[in-house]
Amino acid sequence: MAVSDPSLSEPGLLRQVLRSRSLIIGVVLSALFIGAALVSYVWTPFDAETMNIPNKLKPPNLVHWFGTDHFGRDIFSMIMVGARTSIAVALIAVGIGMLLGVPLGLASAARRGSWLDELIMRGNDLVFAFPALLIAIMITAVFGPSAVNAIIAIGIFNIPVFARLTRGSALSLWTRDYVLSARVAGKGALRISVEHILPNITNLLIVQGTIQFSLGILAEAGLSYVGLGAQPPIPSWGRMLADSQTLITLAPHMALFPGFAILLTVLGLNLMGDGLRDLLDPRLRNARR
Amino acid sequence: MLRYTLKRLLSLSVSLLVASIIIFLAIEVVPGDPASYMLGINAQPDTIAALREELGLNVSAVERYVNWVSGMLTGNFGTSYTYRTPVVDMIGDRMWISLPLALYALLLSTLIAFPAGILAASKRGSVADTLVMGITQLGVAIPNFWFAMLMVLVFAINLRWFSAGGFPGWDGGFWLAVKALTLPAVSLALPQASILARVMRSALLDTLGEDFVRSARAKGLNRRQALWRHALRNAMIPVLTIIGLQFSFLLAGAIIIENVFFLPGLGRLVFQSISQRDLIVVESVVMLLVFAVVIVNFSVDIAYALVDPRLRRRS
Repeated sequence: MAVSDPSLSEPGLLRQVLRSRSLIIGVVLSALFIGAALVSYVWTPFDAETMNIPNKLKPPNLVHWFGTDHFGRDIFSMIMVGARTSIAVALIAVGIGMLLGVPLGLASAARRGSWLDELIMRGNDLVFAFPALLIAIMITAVFGPSAVNAIIAIGIFNIPVFARLTRGSALSLWTRDYVLSARVAGKGALRISVEHILPNITNLLIVQGTIQFSLGILAEAGLSYVGLGAQPPIPSWGRMLADSQTLITLAPHMALFPGFAILLTVLGLNLMGDGLRDLLDPRLRNARR
Repeated sequence: MLRYTLKRLLSLSVSLLVASIIIFLAIEVVPGDPASYMLGINAQPDTIAALREELGLNVSAVERYVNWVSGMLTGNFGTSYTYRTPVVDMIGDRMWISLPLALYALLLSTLIAFPAGILAASKRGSVADTLVMGITQLGVAIPNFWFAMLMVLVFAINLRWFSAGGFPGWDGGFWLAVKALTLPAVSLALPQASILARVMRSALLDTLGEDFVRSARAKGLNRRQALWRHALRNAMIPVLTIIGLQFSFLLAGAIIIENVFFLPGLGRLVFQSISQRDLIVVESVVMLLVFAVVIVNFSVDIAYALVDPRLRRRS
């Protein structure tokens, strides 16, 4: 039998959700940008890639809500399409981190103190010594810049984050009575990890996933700002900012809107992560006093 | 303590060894021969062969790896493919921008985060606490290169207090150089200061709830006295960890910020070298940055063990 977190089945769950201001703001902001990304597949006010030079550097107006850039492209549409790039890169990078990091962490905890545990943990330390940006630089130096390489760079950096979190929380679960009884019942380490440990750390993984998602969006923006991320003509928030830099006195709107898009998305995800943590981890909620 | 230090030193050496192998292999799989790249498509085969020999490319990969590592240990990082100058000189010049920038940012981050974190923790739930938490929430979410651009717009272009970019060099006067590094350092420091202030706050709140603080309060100390005399020192352990980690983020983050301000530091060097396929420079700079990160983390570990005897015994 898997033991699940009792807080989720509490009758007052909805009330708790509604009471958590940061969770609501976070969900609304995140939904706004994820929604914009999804809608951009079927509709944008203008085509995000079509240039219209006579119409360049127009400040925000009723036709072009966020103005136009140095090629006369509609910035609002570009931000909608750019949201796709940011969200896709960050989301897949979190996926890579979870898919590889969680099993490594589970294995490490199940074989605590063994050479395998030592190897995985030292490997983690090693990856931590390479900041994500350095990994990206190495990959770009080798394979050239692209969105896929940005995903790999951010994804690699996510692996040790999830491996450490999983190992740490799994270690404390291995000493619990229900795990002991499962062992007495003859279940192997693999089955116990999957059936008993994993379901009980899902909450933690979701919260960490939200945080890594927001970090991924920041990282993607930074990488595409220096030209290591998605390549033209795919719109990306980081590159929109890079393009705006030399024109900042002439057309400050080109720098303001993509920047706010990044800021608000990251803020939304962080607030959502904080809210979820308070909601899913009753210990922390009580500790908040 | 000696055993602990030796053990950490061993794991440090292994990390550096593995890192150097990974970096070398990564660069090794890059298609194309640097010598023919440098000489262009019309080069004669014998010229290429001569250059290959000059650059030390005519030996096996294992030999090249050994040469690279032993060269770095003796301060010889090889010769740049593009500029034909020793890589160590190129790095040396730029180091005097990137390293001071990272340290300046670290100093600012600590100077902002400590008072903010302590204030928020000591006046928990107050307006000041809410304000600190709100501002740091924004500070964590703001992309630092965008913040840098906005600061250039306000403080360099509109107010003309600072220059919008470039670096006058340390010879032109210490304060002039510091001034040129101020906007970059502030933009690097802001997100890190926000993280550090939050860590400081929560570490202090954790220790304030511990028994020894409760005993101190029971002895008659007020909350403020207990915080300054007992909680602060104990809250320093997580704070130190984060400061150690931040140094590596600041060094790497400087790579992007240097681009905003056109600072000729290590970051600009790396990007130039990537676009010119000057891979030996990329290889050496990345290795050097990894070295810096590993050394800083090692120092933090040792600092802990000095502060907290329990860590020594546990190892």
